[in-house]
Amino acid sequence: MLSWIDAILQGVLLGGLYTLFAAGLSLMFGIMRLVNLAHGDLIVLAAFVILVIAETLGANIFVAVLIALPVMFILGFALQRLLLNYTLGKDILPPLLVTFGISIVIQNGLLESFSADSRRLQAFGLETQSWPLGGGIAVGVMPVLTFATAVLAILCVNWVMYRTELGRAFRATSDDPKTAQLMGIDNSRVFAIATGIAFMLITLSALYFGNRAQFDPTIGSFRLLYAFEAVIIGGLGSLWGTLAGGVILGVSQTIGAKINPEWQILAGHVVFLVVLVLRPRGLFPRSVD
Amino acid sequence: MNTQSQSTVRYRVETRTRVSTIAFIAGGVLLVLFAAAPLVVSRSVIQDLFFVFTMLALAQYWNLLAGYAGLVSVGQQAFVGLGGYALFMAAILFGIDPLLGILLGGIVAMILAVPTAFVIFRLRGAYFAIGTWVAAEVFRLLAAQWKILGGGTGTSLPREATRDVFGLPFIKDLFGVKTSAARDIEAYWIALILAAGAIALVYGILRSRHGLALSAIRDAEPAAASLGVRAFRTKIGIYVIAAFGTGMTGALIYFQNARISPDAAFSVLDWTAFVVFIVVIGGIGTIEGPIIGVLIFFVLQNYLSDFGTWYLMLLGAIASVVMLVAPQGIWGLVVKKYDLQLFPVRRRLVVEDKRTPDA
Repeated sequence: MLSWIDAILQGVLLGGLYTLFAAGLSLMFGIMRLVNLAHGDLIVLAAFVILVIAETLGANIFVAVLIALPVMFILGFALQRLLLNYTLGKDILPPLLVTFGISIVIQNGLLESFSADSRRLQAFGLETQSWPLGGGIAVGVMPVLTFATAVLAILCVNWVMYRTELGRAFRATSDDPKTAQLMGIDNSRVFAIATGIAFMLITLSALYFGNRAQFDPTIGSFRLLYAFEAVIIGGLGSLWGTLAGGVILGVSQTIGAKINPEWQILAGHVVFLVVLVLRPRGLFPRSVD
Repeated sequence: MNTQSQSTVRYRVETRTRVSTIAFIAGGVLLVLFAAAPLVVSRSVIQDLFFVFTMLALAQYWNLLAGYAGLVSVGQQAFVGLGGYALFMAAILFGIDPLLGILLGGIVAMILAVPTAFVIFRLRGAYFAIGTWVAAEVFRLLAAQWKILGGGTGTSLPREATRDVFGLPFIKDLFGVKTSAARDIEAYWIALILAAGAIALVYGILRSRHGLALSAIRDAEPAAASLGVRAFRTKIGIYVIAAFGTGMTGALIYFQNARISPDAAFSVLDWTAFVVFIVVIGGIGTIEGPIIGVLIFFVLQNYLSDFGTWYLMLLGAIASVVMLVAPQGIWGLVVKKYDLQLFPVRRRLVVEDKRTPDA
């Protein structure tokens, strides 16, 4: 019994990571209806950026991520401004296919630069530390930190969205880009900032993802699928819903793994498909918030 | 098709052009030439052509989905893998002739496409794309759980299944070749049939009333629905047909390969990314596009695939740039310049003004 409680608890914490994966994807879709098929590969790219900064400066990964955040913001800003803005329009094909192309370019670029070796972001032994909760159950320091970061990230993004002028511009362009432009909003700049913020969320998720387990250039696309599933389970447009979606996905995976270690990923996908059949709009679609 | 005639001006709806008639005849001649090719060309050429034809078939079906039905799938590897696994299952568990297994591959893919569609059609537009990918992952993970077929490492076709294929003895006698070479020839002929069949099927669908329904849905779904077009049913139908063709092609690919593994059979790079590249380069939403695209892809693959990651980066970059700069692809540019229609699927109104007295 206790081991099941443990599995659920670990799943909830894992859900924090999936929420971080999902937040950037959700933000980009919410504001400019752009589904970024390169999202997973960008997570891996960000993990390598943190790795390179940490190794070059000899700094620990938490310092490295502070440098990586603005770097990735600029990268996201530039990518949106110089490339992705030109794909936006009525037709859904260009953004999909261009980001699909970017995904392949990133993946193979990383393979070329870093080989297919597995890497890991070491956090001076923090990843092996845990807090005992009694009854043989313990929670790792890093998973708790991941979850706390996810909650904090949602609070921040929601604050920006609903309490700042920038957020008002985000919502306005999301609702009606043409009218927003008439009101003096520079859409392409707003979109570029949105992607920049999404890239910062990607970088945060990369920190914990790279620390949690080994990564190599090829495993990005699976992260895209987890992020996507968390968004859909939670319901489009609600970041708290995405947190719920991430947690449900995480718990499904840990429980699946408990039944049979080979079923971890499959269990997550199956729960996603079941939610899709029962609640096509997700558990907490936008109309609720 | 004379629909209406007035005293002076005659109207005619045309679905054929002179060029298309020539193209039709040329296509028939090409088909015969390709069928006779094993008589003259070497085995490696046959293997190359096999690759071209199977990729062409996959590209035609992906184009039918994305270019005509607006269903952008990045999960067609699901049906390649299902087709391949169905053939292996039939041969290994039931001793069914692989030739029949190829057909079975299409049928299994088609049957499994129905519940898949039921779930992922709840997602719209771009999210549909990722949904298809999730579905493909589910099938890959399930295939990896199938221990009789080798689980995660995969399995090979048993010797009997590769040797006692229907028609092999005939080909061996005809060409005086060994079993493995004869198998290549047989696989090549089937690939030729599947590629030509894919073109004929897509062409046929587009010229039928379902084709009209598809363009109507693509242009304005609510308007089409209000005129009585059953959008949802039409789309599901197209999805299932594409699954059938993709499944048969997948089964054929793994019949020729004689070895299957979940990671290869459900590879998004091999069976979707390359196919997307082919269609986008050639021209999405045209039947001619994938034909041109597959030729370009074949040339690049032959000369550049040794560069590995650089080659793949180049493909990704080319596809992205084409999508941004010339989204209609190479054939789109040709049409714009010369107004050519090798496979006319549009109905054109021809007005003949005969107001000069002719009696």
